[in-house]
Amino acid sequence: MNGARNANAGIGRAASQIHRVLTEAWRLQPLYVSLYAILLSFVVGGVLISIIGVNPFTAYWALLRGMVGGGDEIAGSVARSVPFIGSALALAFAFRAGLFNIGAEGQLLAGGITAAYVGALSWMSDLPGIVAIPLILIAGTMGGAIWGGIPGVLRTKTGAHEVISTIMLNSLVLFGVRWMVNSRDPVVLRDTESTVPRTDSISDTAVLPELVDSQPVLHVGLFALVGICFVVAFVLKRTTFGFEVGTVGLNPHASHYAGINVNRVIVASMAASGAFAGLAAASEISGTNGFFQPGTFFLMGFDGIAIALLARTNPVAIIAAALLWGSMLSGAPLMQQEADVSIDVVRIIQAMVLLFVAADAIVRYLFRVRELDQSPFKATSIEGAV
Amino acid sequence: MAQASGGAARPVLEVEGITKAFPGVVANDDVSLTLSQGEIHCLLGENGAGKSTLVNMVFGLYRPDRGTIKVRGEEVHFEDSGDAIARGIGMVHQHFQLIPVFTVAENIILGNEVTKGAFLDLDSARRQIDSLADRYGLAVDPDATVGDLSVGEQQRVELVKALFRDADILILDEPTAVLTPGEVDDFFGVVESLTGQGKSIIFITHKLREVLAVADRITVLRAGQVVGTATAEGATQQSLANLMVGRDVVFRVDKAEADPGAPVLRTQDLRVADDRGVETVTGFDVEVRAGEIFGIAGVEGNGQRELVEAICGMRPTAGGRVEMLGQETTDWSPRKINELGVAHVPENRSKHGVVAQYTIADNLVLNRYHHRKFSQRGVRNTGAINAEAQELVEQFDVRTPGVDAVIDTLSGGNQQKVIVARELTGDLKALVVAQPTRGLDVGSIEFIHRKIIELRDRGVAVLLVSAELDEILSLSDRIGVLYRGRLAGTVNAADATREELGLLMATGSSEGQR
Ligand SMILES: Nc1ncnc2c1ncn2[C@@H]1O[C@H](COP(=O)(O)OP(=O)(O)OP(=O)(O)O)[C@@H](O)[C@H]1O
Ligand SMILES: [Mg+2]
Repeated sequence: MNGARNANAGIGRAASQIHRVLTEAWRLQPLYVSLYAILLSFVVGGVLISIIGVNPFTAYWALLRGMVGGGDEIAGSVARSVPFIGSALALAFAFRAGLFNIGAEGQLLAGGITAAYVGALSWMSDLPGIVAIPLILIAGTMGGAIWGGIPGVLRTKTGAHEVISTIMLNSLVLFGVRWMVNSRDPVVLRDTESTVPRTDSISDTAVLPELVDSQPVLHVGLFALVGICFVVAFVLKRTTFGFEVGTVGLNPHASHYAGINVNRVIVASMAASGAFAGLAAASEISGTNGFFQPGTFFLMGFDGIAIALLARTNPVAIIAAALLWGSMLSGAPLMQQEADVSIDVVRIIQAMVLLFVAADAIVRYLFRVRELDQSPFKATSIEGAV
Repeated sequence: MAQASGGAARPVLEVEGITKAFPGVVANDDVSLTLSQGEIHCLLGENGAGKSTLVNMVFGLYRPDRGTIKVRGEEVHFEDSGDAIARGIGMVHQHFQLIPVFTVAENIILGNEVTKGAFLDLDSARRQIDSLADRYGLAVDPDATVGDLSVGEQQRVELVKALFRDADILILDEPTAVLTPGEVDDFFGVVESLTGQGKSIIFITHKLREVLAVADRITVLRAGQVVGTATAEGATQQSLANLMVGRDVVFRVDKAEADPGAPVLRTQDLRVADDRGVETVTGFDVEVRAGEIFGIAGVEGNGQRELVEAICGMRPTAGGRVEMLGQETTDWSPRKINELGVAHVPENRSKHGVVAQYTIADNLVLNRYHHRKFSQRGVRNTGAINAEAQELVEQFDVRTPGVDAVIDTLSGGNQQKVIVARELTGDLKALVVAQPTRGLDVGSIEFIHRKIIELRDRGVAVLLVSAELDEILSLSDRIGVLYRGRLAGTVNAADATREELGLLMATGSSEGQR
């Protein structure tokens, strides 16, 4: 009993200490809720693992080695993470404009199928890579942008809420691409030689150069997506368009008063969001798969929602959050192999991260954030009174 | 409660040596104040003096850095407003906190639900509301939807809500700022019946006439410190104003005879519908010329909001035309109208005037962030934005630790100054101002009035809409009375009397009852 109370107090002290280091030493104030959420999820996940009868430290050690245990593991983890950057940006950008784009799942498919179609056009093989690669990436980006822009247009013209319309468009494109890739009569985009449903392979000239021959392959698409994050950060922070997006997101009435074309900003933001998902899909088609399969991007759009929220929609933080997300998925098989803990446990931990990020009151309570939060205020009050 | 009467009324609330600082400002510095039972204690002070901060601490919304608060002699430490409510403290905020889609009864019981088993007992709540309404003369309809109520009615709902929780110390933060003159009279009737039945009231206002009319005692704050206390008897408007501001204040700004030029703004048979589709502007004709101030008086709700929004491009017209500077501008976008040189101080500060989460600097360029000066090739020039902001903050005396402070941390009056500063600068041809000095202290009102007159003298056409008859009378060159969506009459300000305007406002005709 007494021991439990002591332990409790100990945890509280440790939590306060962590909070202090994170916020004061590392200046991570805006992201602390996310960091605690991750920590907390691993703790709960550990409890879960020990209930199964496995030593959580053994399991996590295997997971960690699977994530970053060597050059190949690291490259594989990064490669796995790259597309998540795009799908997270799709949510984050729209979110800044006050829109909830949960259609990245569909925008990935729209971008992916467009990229695969363009990449496999017969004349692509006549083009040099320096033309063919941008072309396939632009095609995918456009596909995503159009699929993202439609809910924007619907919202401004009919008032249909983007949550509803993106969900509907997700289904529409999913069944659309399934039909296009599966159908043998008529043949739409199916590679008739292949036994599995997939599109024709893209031209060799349209393949993104490989960086590391890891599992999956790490390719140049990494630079495209990381670069886009910095571009988006710059746009939001420093440009007039970014100012318009932020203003519409925070106060559409004041935006209208201030002369901002609110409808234009809504459509543009949704299209840009879709474009990020489309780019991610195109880079995967071009650099990793070489063709399109309907299941390739399964859940990637929804993971993007979690990653974007974990990063508090900060475009640069998305890079880190996506890396964590992707490498956990990439490292999980080794944990299953060595510690006999199902890959699904990683999925559960990720779900908990999202839960704790969304319900940040739990985190605040556990880490006594509220109380500590006022310390900067107290400091100034002492200063002010002297 | 019985021992309350007789002799010196015992204090129900004692604030002793309270200090509260925010980053960069000491909002309250060693403030003390006592409130006796049955007393109306007025809190006066410039914008940003710390009035709201003080009462927010009494209501448990902020925690003091130092000092004590005693309720009925007992020291209290409130964690949140729930604790304050439990001690019988009620508050009506500067900005109302009601939920528009709920009914009056639902709003009142929210957070303090009367239940019968697992269900809301709205019937008994209704009965309680009715009896409170009877007792204090607070006419409210429990079944009306709050969104449909006038501002005055919403305020009564806020009061009933506080009383419903058995508050006997009531804090009223600028309750009269948004009321029409008639509503103010009703409101004071209510206040009197409240104190008559033993309630004690802290009352914040910038209207000195009201202070002299109702206050038992007056405490004046300046820059977070108590600079004086007075009783209503010894005080005059002038003495209070000087104490608040620390210099001589002029109530009525001198202005030269207007020298009107060419017509700048003209409407013809303008018709505009409100949000519910009801036409509230029903054929409005006006012509405002360069270098004159045309004041629109009228009881609120006679189409003022829709009129201003339609002229400025924020609301589609239903008929008629708007012309500015010789061009037809009917249904132009707000941006196009603004680029003509037409500035607009909106009536609704928090909805249209500012983006609460933005800094002062960003709010000061809210509608010209895209100008060459502030952005080059689509990239914002933060240096130029901050420099402009710094200049405007100094020029308009916005009380803030810096231009990069979030505007939401400013006091209500200082937020208004930011909007006015933004709109009154630049190359203006016309100025449409709605309630420009709502919530401002006397010193700031004087300053803003001077600014508007200065613009007029430089040849700007000014359309002024205000619920303050004093403001209309002291600024305007011509005055039109808006009655049921059209001009009921236009008079020269020099010949106008309060009585005549009052009659026009109330009946739409200077002959009286029709
Ligand atoms: N939450 C906050 N964070 C930072 N500063 C604040 C905050 N609230 C108030 N202040 C500052 O404290 C000072 C006092 O503000 P307060 O709102 O109490 O003024 P006020 O007397 O009510 O003014 P007004 O008449 O304009 O309503 C101001 O300088 C304001 O900027
Ligand atoms: Mg205030």
